[in-house]
Amino acid sequence: MTVESIIEEKLLAAFSPLHLDVINESHQHNVAPGSESHFKVIIVSNNFEGERLIKRHRAINAVLATELAEKIHALALHTYTEKEWHDYYEENTPLSPKCLGGSKKSA
Amino acid sequence: MDTIEKIKEQIAENNILLYMKGSPKLPSCGFSSQASQALMACGEKFAFVDILQNPDIRSELPKYADWPTFPQLWVDGELVGGCDIIMEMYQQGELQTLIKEAAAKQVSE
Repeated sequence: MTVESIIEEKLLAAFSPLHLDVINESHQHNVAPGSESHFKVIIVSNNFEGERLIKRHRAINAVLATELAEKIHALALHTYTEKEWHDYYEENTPLSPKCLGGSKKSA
Repeated sequence: MDTIEKIKEQIAENNILLYMKGSPKLPSCGFSSQASQALMACGEKFAFVDILQNPDIRSELPKYADWPTFPQLWVDGELVGGCDIIMEMYQQGELQTLIKEAAAKQVSE
């Protein structure tokens, strides 16, 4: 089982997230190709409601304690409640550019 | 002095303290670099410890702090968090407030 899927499985079980991204960023670092050392997690869960960031991060660190001790070198965490996630995307919606006419554009 | 005592003393004596890899001018890790830049942008003096030069602290602090990674920002004797928390607080303007208040306390002490 890959470290990536272990992280996914443990976070899914512990936080019942509405959204979860586990991204292996190891290739951006000075490690061998195919490494599983550096990860980024984006997680949206209502378990985080009313909790400060440090408490959310501590909760995730606790769930992944074994992996952090043995395998993970860096773990970037971006934690949101449903409302925070919604507000965040309301302000930062990734918009695709509009069509400018393409092949039908008149000269 | 034993390492934990040394850590406690550093945290007690420095209201704003960043444990990082490298130095703010020459960081050795992207996360430490981001964290120290956000802290510098707050415009107050802060202390730092390069954990790459202090392997004893590097191995003991995660246990003491119950926090597995670096950088670690400590303000007023409490762990604020690592790079992601520092950046998010900075973007929300919370870090600037926290740091300014801590710096004011350090001066008045």
